Amino acid sequence: MDKRSNYAGSAAKQLGVYAVYLAVAMALIVYILAFFAGTSGALINGGAINEERNSITIALAEEPPQLDSTRATDASSFIVIAHTMEGLISYDDNDQLTPGVAERWEIRDNGATFWIREEARWSDGLPVTAHDFEYAWKRVVDPATAGEYAFILYPIKNAEAVNRGDLPKEALGVRAVSDLVLQVDFERPTPYFDKLVAFNTYYPVREDFFVSTNGRYGADADMLLFNGPYVLTEWIHGASMLWEKNPYYWNDEKGFLDEIVIAYITNDVNANLNLFKDGQIVQTSLTAPMLPTAMEQRWQIDRFMDGSLFFLEFNHREGRVTENLNFRKALLLAQDPSELVYKVLKEASYLPAESLFPVWIQGLQGAFRKEYPVPEHRMDLERAREHLERAKLELGINDFPPIVLLTGDSSLSLLAAEYYQELFKKNLGLELRIDAQIFKQRLAKMTSGDFDIVMAGWGPDYFDALTFGDLFSSWNLNNRGRYQSEQMDDLIRIAQSELDPKKRMDAFSSIQDLIYEDVVIVPMYERGISFVVDPRLKGFKRRSVGPQVDYNYAYIERL
Amino acid sequence: MFLYTLKRLFQGLVTVWFIATATFFAMHNVPGDPLLNDRAVSEAIRANLESKYGLDQPLSTQYFIYLRNLSTGDFGISFTQENREVNDIIREHFPVSAILGILAVVFAATGGILFGALTAIYRNRLPDFIIMILVILGISVPSFVIAAMSQLALVSLNDLVGTTILPVAGWGTILHMLTPALVLGLGTMAYLTRLMRSSMLEVVGSDYIRTARSKGVPAPRIFTKHQIRNAILPVVTVLGPSIASITTGGFVVELVFAIPGLGRYFVQAVQQLDYTVIMGTTVFYGAFLVFMVILVDVLYGFIDPRVRLEK
Repeated sequence: MDKRSNYAGSAAKQLGVYAVYLAVAMALIVYILAFFAGTSGALINGGAINEERNSITIALAEEPPQLDSTRATDASSFIVIAHTMEGLISYDDNDQLTPGVAERWEIRDNGATFWIREEARWSDGLPVTAHDFEYAWKRVVDPATAGEYAFILYPIKNAEAVNRGDLPKEALGVRAVSDLVLQVDFERPTPYFDKLVAFNTYYPVREDFFVSTNGRYGADADMLLFNGPYVLTEWIHGASMLWEKNPYYWNDEKGFLDEIVIAYITNDVNANLNLFKDGQIVQTSLTAPMLPTAMEQRWQIDRFMDGSLFFLEFNHREGRVTENLNFRKALLLAQDPSELVYKVLKEASYLPAESLFPVWIQGLQGAFRKEYPVPEHRMDLERAREHLERAKLELGINDFPPIVLLTGDSSLSLLAAEYYQELFKKNLGLELRIDAQIFKQRLAKMTSGDFDIVMAGWGPDYFDALTFGDLFSSWNLNNRGRYQSEQMDDLIRIAQSELDPKKRMDAFSSIQDLIYEDVVIVPMYERGISFVVDPRLKGFKRRSVGPQVDYNYAYIERL
Repeated sequence: MFLYTLKRLFQGLVTVWFIATATFFAMHNVPGDPLLNDRAVSEAIRANLESKYGLDQPLSTQYFIYLRNLSTGDFGISFTQENREVNDIIREHFPVSAILGILAVVFAATGGILFGALTAIYRNRLPDFIIMILVILGISVPSFVIAAMSQLALVSLNDLVGTTILPVAGWGTILHMLTPALVLGLGTMAYLTRLMRSSMLEVVGSDYIRTARSKGVPAPRIFTKHQIRNAILPVVTVLGPSIASITTGGFVVELVFAIPGLGRYFVQAVQQLDYTVIMGTTVFYGAFLVFMVILVDVLYGFIDPRVRLEK
């Protein structure tokens, strides 16, 4: 026994010596590795707010796939482009339209004219001209570009035909009359065209620069030209970005910071919260489980509606049970969205949805939903069961087959799906089969019509009711449940082209009613996000339409 | 030895071809359409996209085009990052993963060997019990929990001290690497500790140790020359594959610590059905793994003369 512990003692001593050697070796390795990592390093600015440099540090959820404004489709790209580019018209800090590159404009029933301000400059100092818009727009609708957002230019004359490949791109109804005057012809009257041109896809691209990038436009910081308040000067993919104040930008009421550093790219909400707690980023979103912590810290918690609406979309194709109106009515009457939001999802920042039009949509003067209230909805099981019986008679069946509920694979959608499964079983005796799929497969099934009900969502593209209103027209490719009604199509045509604002809003109201009466969808919730901002940062904005976070009006308050 | 290496390299090449083929067909059989997105596009645009990515060709033609491009090292252009070549993505992001992975393996190997030896020396005594409990925790707690908790601990630490000693997330300096590498290497460290321990114990009871003792060889010498040197062999064997698996398996850690590594692209590509990136990263990682295994096999010959004799 004695001998054994002797051996152990001297062996342990020897091991200790090795441990010291190893520690030294390890320090050396760390040092060498750090040297190599230096070349792929991130921008470290030291803290959320640097008063001396007039700079802030933020995090971005995802790496933008590329930053070509005419092809961007995702939230992260929208955020970067909203700070580095500017369209003809933009939104002010009150979500009202304000002149951008165009100092004034005129919208007629057959077209529009934009007068471009002389002082608008690209980040290399050259003037922004009408030609840059003409070039960009023609490129968007060119089928060779394969732009996902080409449809948003369809109000322009011949846009759809060009995009389908039926006409050459020169046929597009836009031309630069001079360097400073842009003339647009419409396919049909488009009273909301001013709101459309505020969208990314309508932003300018300069031809000579685009050509010089050799097809790599938007891939790197030096493969881009900017005309917004900030300039992207550094972009290390997946790691960091640096936006610096654009010295050539014309508007001194925007872009007050000297630099904005994006030091972190991660969509892990907890990592973002930890970075905020540690004072490394100026702002972060809060999910429901984080709210108690946030309150403990006595943070000022704000909420904004991120604009998107989620709903149960029925499959209206022939041969589906969900084609039957009484069946859909039964489901509508057997549920209550507030129960879903408050008791099941428990997301304090969500709102139970009541309409196709979210609460923040503007009407004539104020909120659309105040001016045109939704048909009142009450859960009514007795009537729901009546409708279900009628549906059985009309369909000539005794029992309903299992109803396929298609959904995404996030925990939130699974939670909601299970809630509906339970609810319709209990209230209507219906069997729901949950079909949870990854994003691309859910889309594939939605497109081919392989579902009865799908949990779908829609986010706005522009600040007008039509961004939701035309969703269920017979020609809209995003109408994946294939709802078809002449009445709906007529109303949407009015909503698209009516020049009298009152009549136009009335049409939206009729669409809202028709969606309810025909039970095209069952609204679930409007998504909201709670967030917290460093109290020293003022003028920061989160938006329902356009970039979700907006630092264009942000400044550091000096005490 | 040279012939042996050559033979192993050829076998590796066949393995990589097999990986590429299996991935190609498996990927095309995953339900879902890579070209579908939130906003539906017209037939004309879809046709354009299909021809851009060669999806309009029959699968067998796609496969041969793909193999031909692969032989020249061209993985094509990403579906989601439309202006970036898969080669660029690998070139820019793999070094980050590799640095993190190497550091993690260094931590894991050092810790594993030291703790393993320590537990063997103090077998069934207090240090052994404490370390083995930690080892079991390290093996069974998933890395995302450890990552999140260590990050939380960093925040509290910085809060306590009043300034940021260790960064909470991000990439760029030595300080940024330490925590994520430690978290990433923890599982492997635990595994290696157990391996080292059992291997040490096996060796300590062997004849040559007894002989050495009876000859009166001093204990530190027995420990170094006879025990550690023999016990370390199995650890070295698994080290190669674990460098590969740590380097490729850092997705969660990269996400939590906002590290621009390749793991993130690897996982996101699968979620978004980004065919070219899936193929590129899988084949690259596959080749890397195969190469590491071969490297270890060849190195083994130097460490253990018996392997050399057999071949």
